[in-house]
Amino acid sequence: MTNLFNYIDRKSKVHDLTGATKFVCLLLWSFAAMYTYDTRFLLALTALSLILFPLSKIRVKDVSFMLGFTAVFMILNNVLVYLFSPQHGTEIYGTCTYLFGLTGKYAPTKEQLFYHLNYFLKYLASIPVVILFVSTTNPSEFAASLNKLGVKYSIAYSVALALRYIPDVQKEYDEISKAQQARGIEMSKKATLINRIKSAASILIPLILTSMDRVEIVSNAMELRGFGKNKKRTWYMGRPFKASDVCAMVFCVLLVVIAALLNIINKSRFYNPFV
Amino acid sequence: MSNILEFKDFGFKYDAQSSPTLFDINFSIKKGEKVLIAGPSGCGKSTLVHCMNGLVPFSYRGKMTGSLSLFDKETRDLSLFEISKHVGTVLQDSDAQFVGLTVAEDIAFALENDCIKEPRLHERVSEVAKLVNIQDFLDHAPSQLSGGQKQRVSLGGVLVDDVDLLIFDEPLANLDPKTGKQAIELIDELSKKTGVGVIIVEHRLEDVLHRHVDRVVIMDKGRIVTDTTPDELVSSDVLNEKGVREPLYIAAMKYAGIKVTPDLLPGSIDTVKIGDEESRLLKNWYEHAPKETIKNNSDYLLDIRNLSFSYDGKRKALDNISIKVKAGEMLAIVGTNGAGKSTFSKVLCGFEKKDEGDIFYEGKDFSLLSIKERADEIGYVMQNPNQMISKVMIFDEVALGLRTRGVGEEEIKERVEETLKICGLWPFRNWPVAALSYGQKKRVTIASIMVLKPKVIILDEPTAGQDYRHYTEIMEFLSSLNKLGITVIMITHDMHLMLEYANRSVAFSKGRIIKDDECAKVLTDKETIDEASLKETSLYELCKKAGIEDATDFVRRFIAYEREVVRK
Repeated sequence: MTNLFNYIDRKSKVHDLTGATKFVCLLLWSFAAMYTYDTRFLLALTALSLILFPLSKIRVKDVSFMLGFTAVFMILNNVLVYLFSPQHGTEIYGTCTYLFGLTGKYAPTKEQLFYHLNYFLKYLASIPVVILFVSTTNPSEFAASLNKLGVKYSIAYSVALALRYIPDVQKEYDEISKAQQARGIEMSKKATLINRIKSAASILIPLILTSMDRVEIVSNAMELRGFGKNKKRTWYMGRPFKASDVCAMVFCVLLVVIAALLNIINKSRFYNPFV
Repeated sequence: MSNILEFKDFGFKYDAQSSPTLFDINFSIKKGEKVLIAGPSGCGKSTLVHCMNGLVPFSYRGKMTGSLSLFDKETRDLSLFEISKHVGTVLQDSDAQFVGLTVAEDIAFALENDCIKEPRLHERVSEVAKLVNIQDFLDHAPSQLSGGQKQRVSLGGVLVDDVDLLIFDEPLANLDPKTGKQAIELIDELSKKTGVGVIIVEHRLEDVLHRHVDRVVIMDKGRIVTDTTPDELVSSDVLNEKGVREPLYIAAMKYAGIKVTPDLLPGSIDTVKIGDEESRLLKNWYEHAPKETIKNNSDYLLDIRNLSFSYDGKRKALDNISIKVKAGEMLAIVGTNGAGKSTFSKVLCGFEKKDEGDIFYEGKDFSLLSIKERADEIGYVMQNPNQMISKVMIFDEVALGLRTRGVGEEEIKERVEETLKICGLWPFRNWPVAALSYGQKKRVTIASIMVLKPKVIILDEPTAGQDYRHYTEIMEFLSSLNKLGITVIMITHDMHLMLEYANRSVAFSKGRIIKDDECAKVLTDKETIDEASLKETSLYELCKKAGIEDATDFVRRFIAYEREVVRK
């Protein structure tokens, strides 16, 4: 199985859900997490998302690369938020409690740190769900279920097709890049930025040209086997929607409802412990 | 029995071209018939295939004249999809034809598009998978399959439709010789089992004739030149005239002065009758044929000792490889896909880092050098020229390696012009690369490597997908470079190439070298042939039939004769 999606084939309740269900749940879940800054809700959501890991039989080890990658991104994002608006917390919560006896624009405030905690929790609540989605969803089955949800099959199939050919293109990129390096194209950090951009062109042009050749062959191959003949098509990897799919989606709709209710109760998107 | 397809005074002109591609085509095929179509590049065979499977006129627009009917209905009144119900096409590039993420999905593709529902969908896929013998790999991704397996998947994907006619577009192009032989056998079995009509488009005539074919059609310049039985065809001179390679045993028989006639059943090495008179002539020729003059060169240019390499740290892609290469050699590296041939050249060029062993170049440790530094000594030419070309103009493309090395413009001009002359590209020096043919582009990529003045060039499948004329052109060019003292290392599946042009061949299997010897010996050694997925040359069988004991020597003399007498 192609590993860009990092699909991990195991038997679990989460794997059993159709790809479309998981996709809808992912959207609802992240919407709920983004919708409110209510700390209690976010904590609960984070706890829930962590419970989902053992439920889908995905171990942290399996997804450590993606976790690491997002962790770096998350930290960077927090740092940038602090740099650009260190007083954002104060503006939101309406109070200003300096810490450690420091004052000034960049001095830490309780409000700012609390804001960052919430910001952090939003990530923690939503990222594991994204990772679970990619590692428990078979791309072909995903395409099939997207089509069932009403997405046109030509669009749904292009998802599967991209995944099919991405490893080929990666391999080709690697080969072209090595052969061009042999001709003296410098790709390492030794070269200046402009030279590196030029170098990239000398790899991308052959890559694009060979890929275009491939596109023609692939589209011929697909047409010769009847792709596009009918308004509908069936899917070898397709699975029927089951009761559990409905349950999962209802559950995620509830999450959004709760988030909305909390926003009404809190009279804003923020839960304010300072007033 | 009625015709599946019938061309009557048929012609075709692409909208994008000013003159027609096909003229006066009269041809038909019945159920159960097997027809081979051959001819030089540009003879119109691809267009003919497109007409048969409906890509013409539905994907490639143009004007048809005369009549082309599928079961007595004009194809222009049908749709591409109606045609594809009857005519299945297995494309040359089985990698690109593989549109599913797994084997099962790829086979199911046509059924899915026909809205076939469960449980019929799964049933039909497993039926067809059994038919093409791929049932144990249903959940495999294309990257986990060998070339032969991918081709069987392509075949399965077409057979799910119960087609009446199967078209194979150059089925042997990407396969090693043994897998190619199996492919031809599989096609034969399927045609017998299912009774479909079969059309094979392929310029490797001898390999296709390994199994019975009813007719061979030779095309040239958009016309059908001949449409006859294999026995009649090889007895005539059409093949040589039209630039299609004659089977080797036929060439040998003709050199020996045997009059090849249809009643000798010469269509296949298995049927050809070698009587007393023929044996006598062959023996006589063998005894008088010149012996090859073996160049005896002294110095080793490359000395590779106990080289090992692994991609994943588990399975060894190269296992204890030791080779010595002399200056001025022309070396062929052969073996099945995944045997380590390409990996070997990648490690040698520094694209991958060796795990163990030593590489000495002119006595110096080569492994200390970077990719770029190694390229000054050993140039690497990729299989597909489009993978290397990144400049618009030929001059700039060839100059690229010098420019990146900071050579002055004046010297660049001088060296590029010199290289263009050597490579026969001088007339095109001011042309854009896009205006060149595939073979000329290949020359440009070779020139862009040669301009760096390496002492060795490595070529990955230098002639893949080329017709006999282009094949000869490229190989003669390489051989002329070789005469200038350049050491040439060729990675190839082509047994003819190896026999005709290499001084020595190295056979790889499972990351190890299993034979390193002169080509005539390698290609007459049963064990090596089997293990390295090669194919025995038909000359060997011919010797058996004629009672010549030393087949190796016969092959050796045959090569020498071709090199010294025929090609001049």
